Amino acid sequence: MQQFAKLVQVISNSTKTNEKLSALSEYFATAPARDKTWVLALFTGRRPKRTVNTTQLKNWCIQETGLPEWLFDESYHTVGDLGETIALLLPPPTDRKAAPLHYWMEQLLQLDKADETTKEKFIKSAWSSLDESERFVFNKLITGGFRIGVSQKMMVNALAKTWDIPPATLSHMIIGNWDPREATIEDLLHLHTTGADASRPYPFYLAYPLETPPEELGPPEEWQAEWKWDGIRGQIIKREGQLFVWSRGEELITEKFPEYQPLATALPDGVVLDGEILTYANNTPLPFQTLQTRIGRKTITRKQLQEAPVAFLAYDLLEWEAADIRDYPLSRRRALLEALVQQVHQPMLQLSPVISFTEWPQLTALREEARAHVSEGVMLKKLSAPYQVGRKRGDWWKWKIDPFTVDAVMLYAQKGHGRRSNLYTDYTFAVRDGDNLVPFAKAYSGLTDKEIAEVDSWIKRHSLEKFGPVRTVEPVQVFEIAFEGIAASNRHKSGIALRFPRIARWRKDKPVSEINTLDDLKRLLEMHKG
Amino acid sequence: MITFTNSGLYCAAGDFYIDPWKPVTRAVITHAHSDHARFGSRYYLCEHATVPLLKIRLGQDINVQGISYYESIYFNGVKVSLHPAGHIIGSAQIRIEKDGEVWVVSGDYKLENDGLSAPFEPVKCHTFITESTFGLPIYRWAPQDQLFAGIGQWIDDNRQSAKASVLLAYSLGKAQRVMQHLQHKTEKFLVHGAIANTQEALVQSGWKLPPIEHITPETPKSAFPNSIIIAPPSADVSWMKKFSPYALGICSGWMTVRGNMRRQNADAGFALSDHADWPGLLSAVKATGAQKVYVTHGFSSVFARYLNEQGIPAEEVVTAYGEEENGNIVNN
Repeated sequence: MQQFAKLVQVISNSTKTNEKLSALSEYFATAPARDKTWVLALFTGRRPKRTVNTTQLKNWCIQETGLPEWLFDESYHTVGDLGETIALLLPPPTDRKAAPLHYWMEQLLQLDKADETTKEKFIKSAWSSLDESERFVFNKLITGGFRIGVSQKMMVNALAKTWDIPPATLSHMIIGNWDPREATIEDLLHLHTTGADASRPYPFYLAYPLETPPEELGPPEEWQAEWKWDGIRGQIIKREGQLFVWSRGEELITEKFPEYQPLATALPDGVVLDGEILTYANNTPLPFQTLQTRIGRKTITRKQLQEAPVAFLAYDLLEWEAADIRDYPLSRRRALLEALVQQVHQPMLQLSPVISFTEWPQLTALREEARAHVSEGVMLKKLSAPYQVGRKRGDWWKWKIDPFTVDAVMLYAQKGHGRRSNLYTDYTFAVRDGDNLVPFAKAYSGLTDKEIAEVDSWIKRHSLEKFGPVRTVEPVQVFEIAFEGIAASNRHKSGIALRFPRIARWRKDKPVSEINTLDDLKRLLEMHKG
Repeated sequence: MITFTNSGLYCAAGDFYIDPWKPVTRAVITHAHSDHARFGSRYYLCEHATVPLLKIRLGQDINVQGISYYESIYFNGVKVSLHPAGHIIGSAQIRIEKDGEVWVVSGDYKLENDGLSAPFEPVKCHTFITESTFGLPIYRWAPQDQLFAGIGQWIDDNRQSAKASVLLAYSLGKAQRVMQHLQHKTEKFLVHGAIANTQEALVQSGWKLPPIEHITPETPKSAFPNSIIIAPPSADVSWMKKFSPYALGICSGWMTVRGNMRRQNADAGFALSDHADWPGLLSAVKATGAQKVYVTHGFSSVFARYLNEQGIPAEEVVTAYGEEENGNIVNN
């Protein structure tokens, strides 16, 4: 555990990719085999099942420290991380014990069926045997989520270096369904050569935003344009008579979308499709909010299936007749895809249409109509390019339309998490409605570190009231809020819900009297009703 | 005996202020940090060791009187004396007594003996006005021997790859403390101008401090590999460029929390503070035997509420203190 805690410390403190890489490679070269597998699993987002919940952790920490609950909460709001708060509050360990990472992971998983008393006894004894930095990682293992600045790409590169395998090959080896309790890293690398797991997806190819005029991409006839959909990127796999649906977050989500089940028979074996999971009716996508009703639900009701039916808009074919065809140029993959979709002929499997254009200015004009197609903009893909691995510049570009913007005033503020610990970084904004201010959006991103420091210091000096962790501030600071979409909502006081709101800039030049009104937002909503 | 005014803590009976943030006639100063010792007052009173520090910060021509710890001075029949606060060189708690009633203003303080400043001593009083910079139970300092061993190890690691070790520490207080405890690691420290100036003033008043060299544009690049460089938190990254390759370490109580450290883009953080930690604040308050506590800058509302729950009547007071520390950590 000590070695793992050290690795986490080095990685989370370092800002240099090379340092992180060498720490990872060193870890993979020296750590116990079963620990390595766990590290690979944890750092590629394979969270083990949670066997102890955060309320239990909090309560046991309160018992161990004798602190009042409100003081625990104050500490948590300042630290911004539950696992770290607990690690800092607990008294020093009384019974140090050295055990490897996989020991703790397996013990934790075994708690699944245990009763509350057993769990409590185990966690408390673990706390008393670990030092502060080990406790921190231990708590993070329970609460899940190691967001410490290790990207999938970095993991792949570190492994590629250690085992001397090309990164693109390696990232395919470690993707998909495997259990760190059963498979070692060596198994995973071996599996690939013997070919085993029928469900294994391919690593997604991701586009960079286009920041130059499209003219700089060269002759338009070398490019394919499609609408950029606002759904869930996914892969549909049909192998050995079975259907698998993967999200870009490498989650197996087959069960969530029963609509796709007919494809289990309709699709030929040895096919992998790349495309967008979207709610879809009458040949048009529905707004993203409707898809949200389908995400995160364990069981899908009939009502949901009727109100938010899902389709798959396919835009690429990665495997055909059980052969990996990612090396084919897009033009050839597209031709195969079109033929396949036509042959399958199922309503839930649609082609993501190609936008036809001959000159760049023509496409530039068409892009302005993206919202009318319930799309976020345009995708540009080079016709001669293979399907690459991960985010790569050059062959695929996303060219989004400009967001909506409104000017709004800051009303509430709350402290942030992670590297924004003890800083007010989470804000609620309001627009005017007559003499009232109506909160309509929360935003966390868009300001620079320097601006955050300035806003934080202002908030600390100008808060009016305190409700738990939330401060009410004098409504004078105006910000321009950008967002991608707007929809009616009965869950919000303002009656509207925004898609991906963030801060575009701090309008120090604007007085509150000039911010937008609720009527402005309602007009926007009226104009863009699905 | 003390009221909280727009200019600062005011003792009407003796007609003087303690650490005023606006210009006043008579200012009694706890210590020379800029959020406590501000420009523009007519007369200043402080501990002897603070006098030269006040002069380099507020100007050589200020009207300042130095007295010793425990020495008493009377203003209008109000007895004023200074007592070691252990925060930095010359830092004092201010004890005020009139008609048998005693108030103590802590200024900033820490309980651990740092080897330079006169160690903190609890002073019995009826009313105690305390800081609360680190008034949350998450702040619990490791003993300084352990912290300096960690810093020493970090310096050794940096030297393995011929890197300079740049340590950020407040120019007054923390910087001297760090050099004092790391002097066995180097023949001389390379320092930023702000630290060189402070050192000069202290050496002139007779303090024996480890040897330093002021870094100037003329300092040759060959001086940096393996060196230990001390700079204030406000030092610019562009100023550090010429030290490459170097590793950056920050010495501050705020480094307790990982997120705080991560956003500084430093290579290492050491939770070394000149303020009292949570257990320190609690034991200091209890040792005064005070029946009433006012809590100033820091986590004041939290600490006041906790004291009340512990049966010690306490109230939060808003002051202009603490801006320096918070400002520094965010801006650098």
